[in-house]
Amino acid sequence: MTHAPDPLADLRSGFFVECAELLERLQDALTELEAAAEDAAATDPEVVNTAFRAVHSIKGGAGAFGLTALVGFAHRVETVLDALRDGAIRPRAEDVALLIRSADHLADLVSAGAAGTGAPDPAAGIEAGLAALVPGPRPEAAPAGTDAAHDNRPWQVAFRPQAALFASGNEPLFLLQALADLGATDIRCDFAALPRLAALDPEDSYLGWRLTLPATRRGAEIGEIFDFVEDVCDLTMERLAPARPTTTPGTERPAAVAETPSIRVDLDRVDRLMNLVGELAINQSILTQSLSEGGLDAHSALAARLETLTGLTRDIQDSVMTMRAQPVKPLFQRMGRVLRETAAALGKPARLKLEGEATEVDRTVIERLADPLMHMIRNALDHGLEPAEERRRAGKPAEGTITLTAAHRAGRLVVELGDDGRGLDRARIRAAAEQRGLIARDAPLGEAETDLLLFRPGFSTAGGVTDISGRGVGMDVVKTAITRLGGRIAIRSEPGRGTTFSLSLPLTLAVMDGMVVRAAGQMFVVPVAAILETAKLAALDRRSFGAEAALVRLRGAFAPLCDVAAALGMRTAGQTGAEAIAILTVAEDGSRTALVVDAILDQRQIVVKPLRGGFGRLPGISAATILGDGRIALILDPGELARLPGPGTGPKQEVA
Amino acid sequence: MTRPHDDTDGVELLTFRLGAETFCLDIMSVRELRGWTRPTPLPHAPAYLAGVINLRGTILPVIDLAARLGMAPVAAEPRHVIVVVEAAGQSAGLIVEAVSDIHTVPRAALEPPPALSAEGGEACIAALALVEDRLIRIVDLAALLPTVAAHAA
Repeated sequence: MTHAPDPLADLRSGFFVECAELLERLQDALTELEAAAEDAAATDPEVVNTAFRAVHSIKGGAGAFGLTALVGFAHRVETVLDALRDGAIRPRAEDVALLIRSADHLADLVSAGAAGTGAPDPAAGIEAGLAALVPGPRPEAAPAGTDAAHDNRPWQVAFRPQAALFASGNEPLFLLQALADLGATDIRCDFAALPRLAALDPEDSYLGWRLTLPATRRGAEIGEIFDFVEDVCDLTMERLAPARPTTTPGTERPAAVAETPSIRVDLDRVDRLMNLVGELAINQSILTQSLSEGGLDAHSALAARLETLTGLTRDIQDSVMTMRAQPVKPLFQRMGRVLRETAAALGKPARLKLEGEATEVDRTVIERLADPLMHMIRNALDHGLEPAEERRRAGKPAEGTITLTAAHRAGRLVVELGDDGRGLDRARIRAAAEQRGLIARDAPLGEAETDLLLFRPGFSTAGGVTDISGRGVGMDVVKTAITRLGGRIAIRSEPGRGTTFSLSLPLTLAVMDGMVVRAAGQMFVVPVAAILETAKLAALDRRSFGAEAALVRLRGAFAPLCDVAAALGMRTAGQTGAEAIAILTVAEDGSRTALVVDAILDQRQIVVKPLRGGFGRLPGISAATILGDGRIALILDPGELARLPGPGTGPKQEVA
Repeated sequence: MTRPHDDTDGVELLTFRLGAETFCLDIMSVRELRGWTRPTPLPHAPAYLAGVINLRGTILPVIDLAARLGMAPVAAEPRHVIVVVEAAGQSAGLIVEAVSDIHTVPRAALEPPPALSAEGGEACIAALALVEDRLIRIVDLAALLPTVAAHAA
């Protein structure tokens, strides 16, 4: 905020934001083409047009910012799409697959451009494949005069800039010079529209040009000159003698699509609004609290007004939250790419089916969902799907299907990733877990419990380490990431039919349900998501363990006791009062800890405030929040708290 | 910088008391003065980090400046003041006993502190200034704030 904005940098970042949208649109169009190609249905020309326009716009912007590698590659893709559009080639499924891979590379080039790093080379075969798709000589290889022997009618081009062309800093002279380089002759300026001097608006455009170009030039070659100005000038190109009129590439306007109008807003501004609304909510509850402490009659008019204010505040808060919400679609599309690359690396044909991509969730959740989902897709391909041969024998299509769905359910986001593979081999999982010493040889385990072994750290059934998975860092990392997000993960599996992982996630990370507790006179918040049960400490079956540590029996298992105040160094261990409460929590890794606090005060929704700016990371504390009275309470991280080396915390022990 | 100074090159200093001593801060780094709010203590933090307070919805670390400068920590009292400062993009509150005055001192009158003391607190003094025949010390925020991060990390 202290730097003067660099206008070019603004344009640049605007371009990359736009690119993300264009790539999404391209991806959509290609997915549609893929479906059409598979059904051998006729391609919808509008879909090809959409893809073409997306690539074309990327190319245009990239040219303006000097991203030559991007321009070059986009041009190659565009050439193929152009040929598709003209009906010169009919896309086969593998052609569309090639285009999809090209779109991936285009995305790479865009991110390289955004990061300012060197442009990556396309994967082997993409460029050659694209070139092979274009019928006839490629444009680069087509010197003038070789490809148009069949059409010897010269081109007549009429070009009339609009005022916007000048306003956007373009110079018709350069365009005319470029046309002259193509051999334009007979360039005439058209003054017909020029008004009388008195009526002339110096900022308007009144001139046009007509010129003739040799018949040997191709339409695309001429059209290219107007690439960056096509929407700010009137342009017609035709062969002189009666011939079919040719339009320049990309001049068709998209059919009007009914879209809700939207504006682009800086994330900073939304976050600022979010902070202000959070503050409003806090102040409002402070007000309510002090009025009720001051003896406000609950039935008075003022109390009723206050009630309305409370409702309004909550509505504003909800509205701001929806402003931050984004559809999961871009995230899902990225997964499509992960799937394609992994499938190619493993040699297992697979397709991704998406459902509910329009489901919206807070962006904080989307950002942190990418890594776990990627792990899961790789795992599904590597372990879930059988090789094509085995699938055929089982009477399944050789190509595996991975289904990724999103939906809102009971105020949470539910994301499911399913495969139609072999299902979990529970005997093998059990054997692997026994071999790795994760469970005892004779431990009685149900199906669900066996499935959960997948999430244990160090678990892997893969015989050898592959590039894709099998390092034993797969599913436990996924589980940790999901739990950190305040989510839960579940597995459903049917032998021979496939496996589905179901993630249940909060819609936002900015607000959560917290239990306000007191320890050593200070307020703390325990995330409700981590709490299994609460009980009076005095009523529980306690066993001492070592000098200071103790275990407590809760829900049929022993959990180590952790005196919050002692673990945080606020008092020495063993000073818990008679009224102390034990809160049984479950950490990300599944380990249980009973937190000991002096009292439970409240359970409410809290706004999570990151602790940043100079504290580094505080052990046992995940963030902070502001309570109804304006004071700050720290949010406890039960899993980490239990691991703190402090008096009163027992040695970490597996007791589950 | 919009207000013309009498001195062409002067520094405005906010002086405050801490125990029997007087210190000052470059006023350009002072954001606001706040009345006493009891900070919420942070576990496992260095002794001079008094805790955090709620500054209009953001969470602000509060430094017990006396402790940070190697003096006896100030006992929390409602008449104390929290000076909210910002340096290098980082904000913090400093507990002082009382804010006294604002002085304008020519930049040329600032002297570097003598490199005599090996005490840790002395490293947080940027310069000395002579104000009305008294020698006052200018607190070096740049030295003060990043160490908060380094210690607590």
